[in-house]
Amino acid sequence: MREVYIIGLGMTRFGELWAQSLRDLFAEAALGAIKDSTMVHIDSVYIGAMSPGLFVGQEHIASLMSDYAGFNGVPATHIESACASGGLAFRQAYIEVASGLSDVVMAGGVEKMNDGADATYALASAADQEYEAFHGVTFPGLYAMMARAHMHHHGTTREQLAEVAVKNHLHGTKNPRAQFKMTVSIDQVINATPVAEPLGLLDCSPVTDGAAAVILATKEIAQKSGKPLVKVKASAHATDQIALHSRKDLSSLPAVGTAAQKAYKEANIKPEDLDLIEIHDCFTIAELIVMEELQVVKRGQSGPAVSAGFSRFDGQLPINISGGLKSKGHPVGATGVAQIIEIVEQLRNEAGERQIANARLGMAQNMGGSGGSCVIHILEGES
Amino acid sequence: MIVPRYTREIPQRMRLEAAECKDCNFISFPPRRICPECGTTEFTKIRLKPEGTILTYTIEHVAAEAFATEVPFAVGIIETNEGARLTAQIVDCTPDEIAIGKEVELATRRIQKEGHAGILQYGYKAILKR
Repeated sequence: MREVYIIGLGMTRFGELWAQSLRDLFAEAALGAIKDSTMVHIDSVYIGAMSPGLFVGQEHIASLMSDYAGFNGVPATHIESACASGGLAFRQAYIEVASGLSDVVMAGGVEKMNDGADATYALASAADQEYEAFHGVTFPGLYAMMARAHMHHHGTTREQLAEVAVKNHLHGTKNPRAQFKMTVSIDQVINATPVAEPLGLLDCSPVTDGAAAVILATKEIAQKSGKPLVKVKASAHATDQIALHSRKDLSSLPAVGTAAQKAYKEANIKPEDLDLIEIHDCFTIAELIVMEELQVVKRGQSGPAVSAGFSRFDGQLPINISGGLKSKGHPVGATGVAQIIEIVEQLRNEAGERQIANARLGMAQNMGGSGGSCVIHILEGES
Repeated sequence: MIVPRYTREIPQRMRLEAAECKDCNFISFPPRRICPECGTTEFTKIRLKPEGTILTYTIEHVAAEAFATEVPFAVGIIETNEGARLTAQIVDCTPDEIAIGKEVELATRRIQKEGHAGILQYGYKAILKR
């Protein structure tokens, strides 16, 4: 396996982008990545998108995106793993370069969620349609049931859940691309409109339009690019049973734990070696459980850790310095790639107001559905 | 819903048919071809007794369009007395009566309705034991 580096970054602003279509969004991100990398040619492209069919009635998007991004004729592949589609597209691009099959590959992600589709229905299609969604359970509902189980088993409080949103919104105020750049208070989170109890509107990531793209290449090409070197130190992927009710411990996300163990082993590092993490905080409870699965805190201790400021920008281990899905926005297929972009900007020392001092090792954790899939990457800055 | 799919799902929706692994006795609901616990492919068909316990639950306030007129409604994960797990609405009670650990019965109720001329989709819902 060859070493793989990230040499180009491009992304749109995240938000309700009524003036831009699915193809406009992807083309903007792809052009940004090409420009940043200074490459004139790519060998292939992988595009993560959860459900363009349900959101805008468009399938066969690999060809469409490639066509409108100016890559006509280039091999293009659509990757789907619900909300982990972007992370998985990145992993496929990584594998293609690492294997020696290609030297320069783009990994992108896109979702256009605000074009009038029933987003609640479309998102619930990442659950078990016949045995979960059929009964009316929604995506917030599945995470709400995890939250209730976590509160019951570990004593996690409503305030601790709210602390996650408060922190991520605070971080998001410094991200010019974020959808909701405002701070929220614990009281506002707890008293927000209920969505799926105990979760309210401010426990949920928003419905977002956006795209992100990165370019992966060999070490030789990365060195010539003149960009600060950022290496993919580990790429790990795991799945779990799709229905939440099949999970033995309803307050856990086993696919995250499995992928994390693989990633730590591959990178030959321990959790405490990480300088920052982007966690898939689709709901506040997700960030708490993922912290436990990543073993950055002990099982059941994520709530107290967040309340103590452990994961704030000035804490022991900054988590979701981008604002996370909560504040930055969550165009599902683009999210995994946008997480990678945040980590690379931090490792390049190009994160502006959000910059974490001396960041060298970062992790991006992206998951699909209620934890049916998880993709984890560990990136290392070498300059 | 497509009629063949509705027909296919009747054994589970209406009769709670499950598969018990002949090797490790793990119960799969719905039935599977391969036991997720031990990997064997031999099963005995069983019917779950319509009783169980609430493992977790939520009150849904924002539903997909098919359920939009029903909010708020409760959904929970139920473990049947045989150890099978399923997701079902919890009905005939107020939200504050629901708690983890409470016992329920599973009853056949209407789950979804397709307009005025479509299929009435029946299935199981959970009712608190009083």
